[in-house]
Amino acid sequence: MERRQFLTRVAALGCSAAASPLFTPVALAAAPWDTRLVVIILRGAMDGLDVFRPVGDPHYAALRPTLRQGTLDLTGFFGMHSALSPLMPLWNRGEMGAVHAVSTPYRDKRSHFDGQDILEAGSIGDNEPIRDGWLNRMLQTVPGVTGETAFAIGRDQPLIMTGDAPAARWSPEAELSLSPQAERLLSLIHADDPLFQSASADAMRIAQSVEMAAQMGAAANDEMMADPMMAAVRSSAEHVKLAEFAAARLREDTRIASFSVTGWDTHLNQKGGLRNALGRLSDTILTLRAGLGPVWDNTAVLCLTEFGRTAAENGTQGTNHGTGGAMIYAGGALNGGRILGDWPGLAEADLYNRRDLLPTRDVRAYPAWVMHSLMGVKRRAIETAIFPGLVMGTNPRIVG
Amino acid sequence: MLGACFVSGIFLMAFDPTLAAVRFGSGLSPRHDLPQDVGAVLADVQRPFGFDIPGFDEARPTIRDFQIAGSARRKAEGTDDEARAKQAYRDVRTAANIAHNDALQATMARHIAGPLGFKARLASFWADHFTVKLRNSTQTHLVTPFVEDAIVPHLDGNFRDMLRAVVIHPMMLLYLQQAQSAGPNSVVGQRRRRGINENLARELLELHTLGAGGPYTQSDVRQLAELLTGLTYTTKQGFFFHKRMAEPGAETVLGVTYDRVDSLANILTAIDDIADHPQTARHIAFKLAQDFIADDPPAAMVDAMAAVYQRSGGDLLAVYSAMLDHPTAWDMPLRKIKTPFRFITSGLRALGMTSSEVVALTDPMIRNTIVRPLRVMGQPWERPAGPDGWPEISETWISPQGMAGRITWAMQAPRRLLQGGVPDPRDFVQTALGALATQDVIFAASSAEIREEGVGLVLSAPAFQRS
Repeated sequence: MERRQFLTRVAALGCSAAASPLFTPVALAAAPWDTRLVVIILRGAMDGLDVFRPVGDPHYAALRPTLRQGTLDLTGFFGMHSALSPLMPLWNRGEMGAVHAVSTPYRDKRSHFDGQDILEAGSIGDNEPIRDGWLNRMLQTVPGVTGETAFAIGRDQPLIMTGDAPAARWSPEAELSLSPQAERLLSLIHADDPLFQSASADAMRIAQSVEMAAQMGAAANDEMMADPMMAAVRSSAEHVKLAEFAAARLREDTRIASFSVTGWDTHLNQKGGLRNALGRLSDTILTLRAGLGPVWDNTAVLCLTEFGRTAAENGTQGTNHGTGGAMIYAGGALNGGRILGDWPGLAEADLYNRRDLLPTRDVRAYPAWVMHSLMGVKRRAIETAIFPGLVMGTNPRIVG
Repeated sequence: MLGACFVSGIFLMAFDPTLAAVRFGSGLSPRHDLPQDVGAVLADVQRPFGFDIPGFDEARPTIRDFQIAGSARRKAEGTDDEARAKQAYRDVRTAANIAHNDALQATMARHIAGPLGFKARLASFWADHFTVKLRNSTQTHLVTPFVEDAIVPHLDGNFRDMLRAVVIHPMMLLYLQQAQSAGPNSVVGQRRRRGINENLARELLELHTLGAGGPYTQSDVRQLAELLTGLTYTTKQGFFFHKRMAEPGAETVLGVTYDRVDSLANILTAIDDIADHPQTARHIAFKLAQDFIADDPPAAMVDAMAAVYQRSGGDLLAVYSAMLDHPTAWDMPLRKIKTPFRFITSGLRALGMTSSEVVALTDPMIRNTIVRPLRVMGQPWERPAGPDGWPEISETWISPQGMAGRITWAMQAPRRLLQGGVPDPRDFVQTALGALATQDVIFAASSAEIREEGVGLVLSAPAFQRS
């Protein structure tokens, strides 16, 4: 390339950057709706039966001989694992609840990877693997979505947010700061490769906006630490940073955020493993709540897992991969203090394959109703494009 | 010029030295000549590696060392000995962290030292295929020893032998929880009310051999899990076949019935049979082609490799040879994206860093210039999300954050890592890219205001990141 050509291209880049709506805060503030949706993927298959314990079911005690200690009463029939005790105030205020005996349409092979793919794709996919996620397809139905409307946060790239609609992804650990000259030359060498071009342009934009938010967010952070419920959050580990980062984005122009909390695959000594995982989840939810401040009242947090675990304990004080499980939800926009769903019972004949909790409803119906009631997404779009094959059925009144 | 050939659509159909180094090796290096034929690529697999990594039995501290120090610490609580016991435990942990970094540095050195790096790439491929992860912090430093024991000796051998070595390795038995699985009707199962854990059986079929969507059912998983009972590990005895944990009776897996004689031999026969399954041949051929050639490798190439796998009974050198001899190996454009680990190792290789310099890096240096950047780029060392390892689909690596990590590393790490300073970008564009250098990158390298940025731009270019 000639020097002159290069200068022309640089000039063009400069102009387009200045004119881009992405660089003007006013345009950023425009968002298609005002409520916030956070989807947390619980990777590894959470044992719904141990988190929301059906203590009123006559068969429960025999199935779980060693996994019953430390239960907090919720409804008389259901109790909650004591590791979620920091969330009890939210339950009492109706800001947290659960759905029981639900699952995706995935059956029988019980593989984490297929199970997570189907959960995030939002569809079973008949022949070929699905390459985009349901949150992304939801974004595709809404006009006015910008690169900041949806954020996938953390180190992995979740399928749930992948697809044709713009969605940002960032980890609190990342940084990018280039000299103006290096930035121009980088744009030049990435210009012919669309994948690199869009990734590096997004990276520079996100790094700048994160830097700006960090400067403006110091005051908000002090407010957050003053929240009395944050006393229960002791950890400053990665999940807390993710939740802080998510809350900071959601306070601004972001409307949808998704990230993962791992550690649910409790084949062995479930007591310790599940306690740790639930501690992380409870920290995460409380950090989101404190960080969101008044925005929490307009927020829905849905915690979804790929499938449940076996009704009975296995031989190593754990549980194996199963089918029906639970979804946890929180947020001021939702109607909590309840365990939703139809309880199938734990008698052997009531189990799926005489082995697992029987799913009595497709778990996708709940995010479907949240998107419909809270964000006004049309039923038809949900049942055909976002969750193909789903019948939304009656309104579970999860949005309050 | 190679790049120009791709751009203009004239595909090379024959062996190409630059392509060989980038697609099959660890990248170009100012210290090594390019390979001149397929024979040179294959010969790399039979070179000794150097840079010793201890196996599981030799690695220190052992899991037992942790247990002993941990129980001494608990006993000492509230006594005069408490501070000393705590320090002793911390010392064990420090030793494990040092061993972990040493193994990372040796692994990197193997990518950098060899004339080509094909063998090092294969070791990474198989380590990923048979992903194990630590179950707790006593095993932090024991993943690389697993690779050294179960993978490295079989890189030029037979898939059956690798599969056998993997399945009975303590780290696999611990990771996929086979060590605790007992037949419900075995002596241990009856006395201690222990039961089956299906984890290893499932991944053995789904990930290691037949592949997800393969011709197996939940019943095959269950029966294989019952057959595998007895494979166990304890910190005192190491790996052993524990007859009293083995489920009595015959098991039928993929249509073959194994009359239970409660022996390791019976399990190994089943492993061999699964390794020989035609679907295993296809799955292994597909994964190799997907890793080295393209996210979506052409069926004809996979078929050719699978046929050689079956004909040779799983001879890996023959399968690699079939891949290298296939015209697709030389006419497919370079559209894959290097994983973050490959990006860093090929970067160091191109920068002319020597393997002994890599081995001599201090722990803080390793943390700041290797371990943390790998995490930001989305590939924390030895910590993939699950037993399916790292994603093969290239696009997953080039997210804004992954890109930020790569660019930041490219701009900052070389200056910190190279004692003699970074090279002149105008030379570096040639050593790093050779025939793949494009006019834009050559121009950018010479137009940067400072050397570090020029070098960083070359490393950030798609021509360097793709393979």
